[in-house]
Amino acid sequence: MTAMIECEGVSKAFGGVIANNEITLEVPEGRITGLIGPNGSGKTTLFNSIVGYHPIDAGSIKFQGREISDLRVQQIARLGLLRTFQQTRIYSKMNCVENMLISVPHRTQTYRAMFSKYPPDVTERAEDLLEFVGLYEKRFLISGNLSFGQQKLLEFAMALMNEPKVLLLDEPTAGINPTLINGLIDRLKRATSELGITLFVIEHNMPVIMGLADNIYCLANGRLLAHGPPEKIQNDQRVINAYLGAHYYLDSD
Amino acid sequence: MNTRLRRTLPYAGLLIAGIAAPFLFPDYTFQFTVLWVMILFALTWDILGGQMGYNSLGNIAFFGVGMYICAVVQIGLYYDVAQYTASYGAVKVEFTADQYFTGLAVGLIAAGLGAMVFSIILGWVVFGLRGPYFAIGTLGVALSAGELTGAWDYVGGGGGIALPIYPGEPDDRSLFFYVLSFTLTIILFFLLRWIYLGRFGLAANAIRDDEEKAEGMGIHTMRYKTVGWAIAAFFLGISGALFGNMIGFIEPLEVAFPTVTFGLFMVVMCLLGGRGTLWGPVIGATLFHTFKEVTWIYLLGWQWVALGALIVVSVVFFQQGIVGWVKEKWPEKFGIAVDDRALAETDPDLDEAPSQRLRRQTEAAQ
Ligand SMILES: Nc1ncnc2c1ncn2[C@@H]1O[C@H](COP(=O)(O)OP(=O)(O)O)[C@@H](O)[C@H]1O
Ligand SMILES: [Mg+2]
Repeated sequence: MTAMIECEGVSKAFGGVIANNEITLEVPEGRITGLIGPNGSGKTTLFNSIVGYHPIDAGSIKFQGREISDLRVQQIARLGLLRTFQQTRIYSKMNCVENMLISVPHRTQTYRAMFSKYPPDVTERAEDLLEFVGLYEKRFLISGNLSFGQQKLLEFAMALMNEPKVLLLDEPTAGINPTLINGLIDRLKRATSELGITLFVIEHNMPVIMGLADNIYCLANGRLLAHGPPEKIQNDQRVINAYLGAHYYLDSD
Repeated sequence: MNTRLRRTLPYAGLLIAGIAAPFLFPDYTFQFTVLWVMILFALTWDILGGQMGYNSLGNIAFFGVGMYICAVVQIGLYYDVAQYTASYGAVKVEFTADQYFTGLAVGLIAAGLGAMVFSIILGWVVFGLRGPYFAIGTLGVALSAGELTGAWDYVGGGGGIALPIYPGEPDDRSLFFYVLSFTLTIILFFLLRWIYLGRFGLAANAIRDDEEKAEGMGIHTMRYKTVGWAIAAFFLGISGALFGNMIGFIEPLEVAFPTVTFGLFMVVMCLLGGRGTLWGPVIGATLFHTFKEVTWIYLLGWQWVALGALIVVSVVFFQQGIVGWVKEKWPEKFGIAVDDRALAETDPDLDEAPSQRLRRQTEAAQ
């Protein structure tokens, strides 16, 4: 089992706030790895560091064994390491199909390809993936008119369209209608099992992440607090304390 | 067949109007030539301003740069430019017909390429700026380009340059420049139509909607911006070269770098017609230019007030522009799915059987 992402001693501070303090972790290939922790514990910051959104203060980040902490966002994305945003970001004045089409991988794009049309198989794949997340009927609607939850599904489908090797998902179920959560979990699992995409998922909903991840890391106050399979994390006293301190309950369902 | 015919009709109409105009109204050939240049202004501005959301106020710089490059080439091929400009037209310099057309042809190409290179270098500097900073930064470039040219004696400084004289009848001359302007603008129009329909159009709109997201998805944003601006600069450079030759005498502030007139008009024409659309700039430029010419004839003394009022109305009350408004009013006619609130709000069904098509594809891929 090879590691897709290896973080070692990653630190990041904003002024006086140390958002990430010497984080060391590994995301193994072909698995779903979870990242939990109370609000403000530094989860999104770690994602931003990994995808090159901001420079890190110390440490090393490797993707498939290659140091990426000095690369820019676009270069990292083209290597096949992609993220979705907690606030959800889509191209809001374009329709769903257009959002999908422009999300094709840009790894080897030539100047000539900039002026090319989309071949039918790309359009077909875009529609297939929209069907995969339940948005096929709405494919010609302007994406900015969709509800927040549906925009989240669209952003997920756009990420799949990009054929990443690793996908970082920042709270994929937040804002999703509760009746759809089981369906979404199924889609996340199938992204890994059928499309072969390694997932690294930030999740607030404890039952969701316990049922989804093979392996969970827990952050608190910018530090790595605990690490292990879901059963172990669920019963880890430090994790329970961290969440209790922040008024969270592990068995909130 | 019927819809196909209806779709091609506007394009055919544009071509026919362009070909027929100078024969139907020969007295207005000069005005029609300027109109095509105006349409070109609006179309080139829209590449970045409308499609990508980068509002440049300095695109007129490419027009001026092209104009001066062409002049220097036309003269420099046969004479010493410094001597030529130093004489301020006092010495009558003759160009044979052969020299004229060769110089113009080489000059036009050099103007396009030179302006393009200028835009690429400029892009490195200003594409780091966003929003109003980009607008002001590019405005500064255009203003200083005019000032710098005015201080450069080699190209005649503030006194300008008299260009070689067209070797033929005045009527032939008008038609000659009309045909060149019309052809140039039509080529640009169909080039843009073609690239907007493909990946370039989607990437440009993605940059407009959320550039940071586009970067995060690995889109070569800098490359798209650079190429978009280079296309604009290439056509603006050639149009500047044509315009200079049509006027016959060029100078920095009023003719080559008219930042507050042509430089602003290109923005207003796009807004009026509908930014981010193919036809918006064409319609906006046509209406704006017609309005301007009519007020210049019938409202003398008040023409700038009338023009200012039109600008205020279009910018303040009519931001989506004419094409934008029509699209909003009759979206079905443009193949836009009607903004169906009910459909948008129904939840997707994620519980149905796993997508067969996706499974089939992934199996085929393995
Ligand atoms: N761009 C930023 N500038 C300043 N402080 C920030 C910035 N991003 C995050 N922080 C701070 O870093 C800490 C961790 O934030 P974040 O990573 O968003 O937490 P989480 O995603 O776990 O809720 C918080 O205290 C937050 O206020
Ligand atoms: Mg967060």
